[in-house]
Amino acid sequence: MSTIDLNKSSIRELNEKLQNSSPGDKFTVNNTVGKHALSVGLTKNINVEINGHVGYYCAGMNQEALIKINGNAGPGLAENMMSGEVRVTGNASQYAAATAHGGLLVIEGDASSRCGISMKGVNIVVGGNIGHMSAFMAQSGCLVVCGDAGDALGDSVYEAKIYVRGKVKSLGTDCIEKEMRDEHKQELTELLKQSNMGYKVEDFRRYGSARKLYNFDIDQVDEY
Amino acid sequence: MCGIVGLFIKNPKLESQLGALVAPMLSEMTERGPDSAGMAVYRDPNESGCKVTVLAQEADFNWTKFESAVSSNFSVIRFFVNQNHAVLSLGTSLNEVEEWLRENWGELSVTSAGSNIEIFKGKGNPSDFIEQFDIKNMTGTHALGHTRMATESAITTEHSHPFSTGQDLCLVHNGSLSNHNRLRETLKRAGVQFKTDNDSEVAAGYLSWRLSQGDDLDEALNHAIDDLDGFYTFAIGTKDGFAVMRDPIGCKPAIMAETDDWAAMSSEYRAIATLPGAENARIWEPEPTQIYSWKRS
Amino acid sequence: MSKDNPTLIESATFPRHVIAEIQRAAKTGIYDIRGFGAKRDIPTFDDLVFLGASTSRYPLEGYREKCTTEVVLGNRFAKNPIHLKTPVTIAGMSFGSLSAQAKESLGRGATLAGTSTTTGDGGMTPEERGHSKTLIYQYLPSRYGMNPDDLRRADAIEIVLGQGAKPGGGGMLLGQKISPRVAEMRNLPEGIDQRSACRHPDWTGPDDLEIKIQELREITNWEKPIYVKVGATRVFYDVTLAVKAGADVVVVDGMQGGTAATQDVFIEHVGIPTLPAVRMAVEALQEMDMHRKVQLIVSGGIRSGADVAKALALGADAVSIGTAALIALGDQSPEFDDEYKEIGSAAGFWDDYQAGNDPAGITTQDPELAKRLDPILGGRRLANYINVLTLELQTLARACGKSHVHNLEPEDMVALTMEAAAMAGVPLAGTSWIPGKNGM
Repeated sequence: MSTIDLNKSSIRELNEKLQNSSPGDKFTVNNTVGKHALSVGLTKNINVEINGHVGYYCAGMNQEALIKINGNAGPGLAENMMSGEVRVTGNASQYAAATAHGGLLVIEGDASSRCGISMKGVNIVVGGNIGHMSAFMAQSGCLVVCGDAGDALGDSVYEAKIYVRGKVKSLGTDCIEKEMRDEHKQELTELLKQSNMGYKVEDFRRYGSARKLYNFDIDQVDEY
Repeated sequence: MCGIVGLFIKNPKLESQLGALVAPMLSEMTERGPDSAGMAVYRDPNESGCKVTVLAQEADFNWTKFESAVSSNFSVIRFFVNQNHAVLSLGTSLNEVEEWLRENWGELSVTSAGSNIEIFKGKGNPSDFIEQFDIKNMTGTHALGHTRMATESAITTEHSHPFSTGQDLCLVHNGSLSNHNRLRETLKRAGVQFKTDNDSEVAAGYLSWRLSQGDDLDEALNHAIDDLDGFYTFAIGTKDGFAVMRDPIGCKPAIMAETDDWAAMSSEYRAIATLPGAENARIWEPEPTQIYSWKRS
Repeated sequence: MSKDNPTLIESATFPRHVIAEIQRAAKTGIYDIRGFGAKRDIPTFDDLVFLGASTSRYPLEGYREKCTTEVVLGNRFAKNPIHLKTPVTIAGMSFGSLSAQAKESLGRGATLAGTSTTTGDGGMTPEERGHSKTLIYQYLPSRYGMNPDDLRRADAIEIVLGQGAKPGGGGMLLGQKISPRVAEMRNLPEGIDQRSACRHPDWTGPDDLEIKIQELREITNWEKPIYVKVGATRVFYDVTLAVKAGADVVVVDGMQGGTAATQDVFIEHVGIPTLPAVRMAVEALQEMDMHRKVQLIVSGGIRSGADVAKALALGADAVSIGTAALIALGDQSPEFDDEYKEIGSAAGFWDDYQAGNDPAGITTQDPELAKRLDPILGGRRLANYINVLTLELQTLARACGKSHVHNLEPEDMVALTMEAAAMAGVPLAGTSWIPGKNGM
């Protein structure tokens, strides 16, 4: 187990150490004070425990690594993540898991606006609420919200699946409530288990694309 | 583009440390805004007259001569020079003082007017600004600061924020407006005066115009949502406190924090992290179009 | 006047093609989407001419008196700057808008000529990485196919804010080109019309861009140059802000820049010509004392070595070609004229890149059409063309007495029209007048 103190080491030194480690290595990072680009571009199955609030793009483009943040995260948490797992005990700012392709992001607190924007396969589970324009242009993957969702949920969504337990303030363009079938219940059960959220599947509703914007059509002109 | 910070002291025991607390916040925002910096500090209220901060563009401005002119015309409660600014705390009404300045000292620009507010602005690196203006030793009840990365207008002291919108009022802005040119012309016709081509100055002018039309601050900000187009996080300083509001799209960052001792806002958490007790503060992000404010009772 | 009936006069406001467009709009109810760049007549580099050697300036002989064309891009912060043999590079064009064979041809040709290619809105293909020795990887609002492995395989990263054809607009690809392979790379259902994201998903503004650049450098060990590309609009401010945000290279694309698909009104009515864009970009760099420290690449209607020379003379470090590269590969070829006519166009006029039925096999995903382009032959044609551009550039530079093409300066040129003089900031030929400069 290695400990890195950001009062003594630079962000570059931190990332270099983490990026050049071996599978199974464990690290603790202290004194983060809102610094940016921490623990980014990791490629191996290592464990990183970050103590404190972090700035923008923590865990950016993560592959394989297991990263836990004991605190809040700034904008772009786990953006473009490919695989691995990122967990935040506090809240996450805007654009959490933006354009991410895989892996699992768990936000125990609230997520801000544009959570899962343009997501391309990641699974996101939020214990609290999410902000407006979440899952904007979301292409694939799952967004699970145990609290409430803000305005314009799933605006312009493609094939991503959205499960919400609380209230949805408003739905975005082409996003509609959909039937919860067995395969969805199974998927949701699995995600709730993986993320350690003890909620009942029956309490969630499913949202997704009405697929009316898939081809430019003069009858859809009002949607623009 | 820029960094903004705001600090409101709730615990009177910390008023003597206002500057020491807000200076590191501003310093953290240097990368977001390396071109210039500015700070509005609220302190030493003058309820019997007015307080005005003036700025001299010329390096060799004769402050001694100016000071004697001021004392021969007005009763001076306090006069102090800070770099190329001077703060005049006088026993006369604001109108009289402003008219006298306009007529006799046209080379000076007024950065702020009211009873508690003082506004300092400087070109160049924010760390230099903090040093030169001795921000760390300032005391007071609340302060708003700004570090600037100029987008479409020039880098001059006059273009720096905070912009004063009326008595004891000021604005700092992170973002970029898209309809400020036509709005500036409309406001000019309504009698508002502008010194720069800066979009933030238009926002400030708009708010003070609305206030002059009888809006209170909340109403003015709600009108701003309809009339201002673009992306913005605003922090507004008032005599008794400060307010924060974000535009409907809400893309520019904003973070707020509060403890029993203080309430703060910034563009990035790193600035708030410098405050004592930040690790245990209540931290949240303002919702778009909602107004958050703190006031001394 | 019509030659069949000499009494007919065509309206300049409503000529036949405008009438045809109104009729099409009335029929379909949807805006016209097409490829190619701005077609209307606007001031170009043609309106500038060089002042060759004379009594006071001496030219260089060919061959032994070398005129070097090597250029280094991105040495501000990156550990591994880009070294090119020629200042002519290949602009970003996506796999999706172009066939895999076309991307391979571009890679092969650029490598033969000693220059770089650039990926586009679909991500990096193995063909392009495999055949292009120097590959710039675009980082776009859509983030289709973006992944850290490709980021690390790239030689440089180009953060795209916009392109000349549609500054403020995002990528567009219609259903007929979302083939199985394209769909998989972009993570979209097959056959749908792709909707565009026009802003980056996780940052807005140069203050946030600075942090994003920091992140990309951290992920790639500070090795690769970071380019920032903008469509030419408020060029002076954009270049200034890109430099402040930490860019190693700035790319400015004028309104003549091409696209594979966007609304015709966007192409023709948004953005400024390349001619003033170059000048404004250089002014911004000079004002920050960053000229040659942050390199400038310009694009948008570069056609000949004369255009390259003029762009460099105005202060650019390099240029990019897009439309011209496709023409070199075989786009608009007269050998397909009959086929172009069958699909309602003609060789030399073809701009329906979005339709995906390109007879030359370049802007298509149809496997039968795409097979027509032999990447080895295509690569050779492109290399030939780039070599000609480079030789022409050297010829003109030598004639102006320069031993390196970067020594070309604005003072080596004059303008043939007032507009060009004002836009480029060079005097009108025969006068010392630069309209708009110093209050004149």
